[in-house]
Amino acid sequence: MVELTFTDFTLAIIGGCFIGVSAVLMLLFVGRIAGICGITFSLLDSNQVKKPWRWIFLLGLILGPMLVHHVYNLPIPEAPTDNLPLLIIAGLITGFGTKLGNGCTSGHGVCGIARFSTRSIVATITFMIFGFISVFLLKQVGGF
Amino acid sequence: MTKLAEYLIVLLAGLLFGIGLALSGMNDTKIVQGFLDIFGLWDSRLIFVMLGALIVTIVVFPLILKRKQPLFGSSFHLPTFIKIDRKLVIGSAMFGIGWGLVGYCPGPAIASISYGYWQTMVFIVSMLAGAFICSKTTD
Repeated sequence: MVELTFTDFTLAIIGGCFIGVSAVLMLLFVGRIAGICGITFSLLDSNQVKKPWRWIFLLGLILGPMLVHHVYNLPIPEAPTDNLPLLIIAGLITGFGTKLGNGCTSGHGVCGIARFSTRSIVATITFMIFGFISVFLLKQVGGF
Repeated sequence: MTKLAEYLIVLLAGLLFGIGLALSGMNDTKIVQGFLDIFGLWDSRLIFVMLGALIVTIVVFPLILKRKQPLFGSSFHLPTFIKIDRKLVIGSAMFGIGWGLVGYCPGPAIASISYGYWQTMVFIVSMLAGAFICSKTTD
């Protein structure tokens, strides 16, 4: 097990609270779930593409980390794997799966569980278990 | 005027989400894969991020949902479908596999765009393609 420093732990909790407050703002003001898949994939739908709030949310999502790394001087994470087929396959099944299952870590994991939605609880347990299996298998073939 | 206020709130919500991901280390694929590596060198951080978010949402969501409508807009847009079906389970399982392979879920992938890695862009384009294929092949 990785020993977390006090800073790691505190930043995880505080970062989580920021995400929670973001979800609260979306629900309270706009009446929407802060689910990144729902927001992003709706932009592929020609009927939804004209609604600017989705673009504005995503703009904030992209600018937020820039602000943190600049102001707080937090080091930028290392690049993900440079295995091209792996990136493409992982992207494809993440997109297909979250579209089919109507949500990802934010929509099901954070917002859905807070609404005590059985679907979201089932989804979250399922993607966690398959995430464990995925990393286990990845380690067996030596890619991680 | 209300529209402008709404957009500013949405921008703030997006910013807070991105700040939260960056602060907590969730944009780092190694940390996320470390969380999924339960049989190896397990990194518990993601649990605390979810806990931090859930502490806020579990307490505040029920209070908000007592209202008849959001502050801007006439109604809440909440999922109404409640059935646990094959699509939910298969879709979530597929997502779990994809999540583990690279360590990105959709939020952190998009939040990592500014780091400028080509890997992030390949993942996002593939992810959009996957969602597009899904919407064209399933009903």
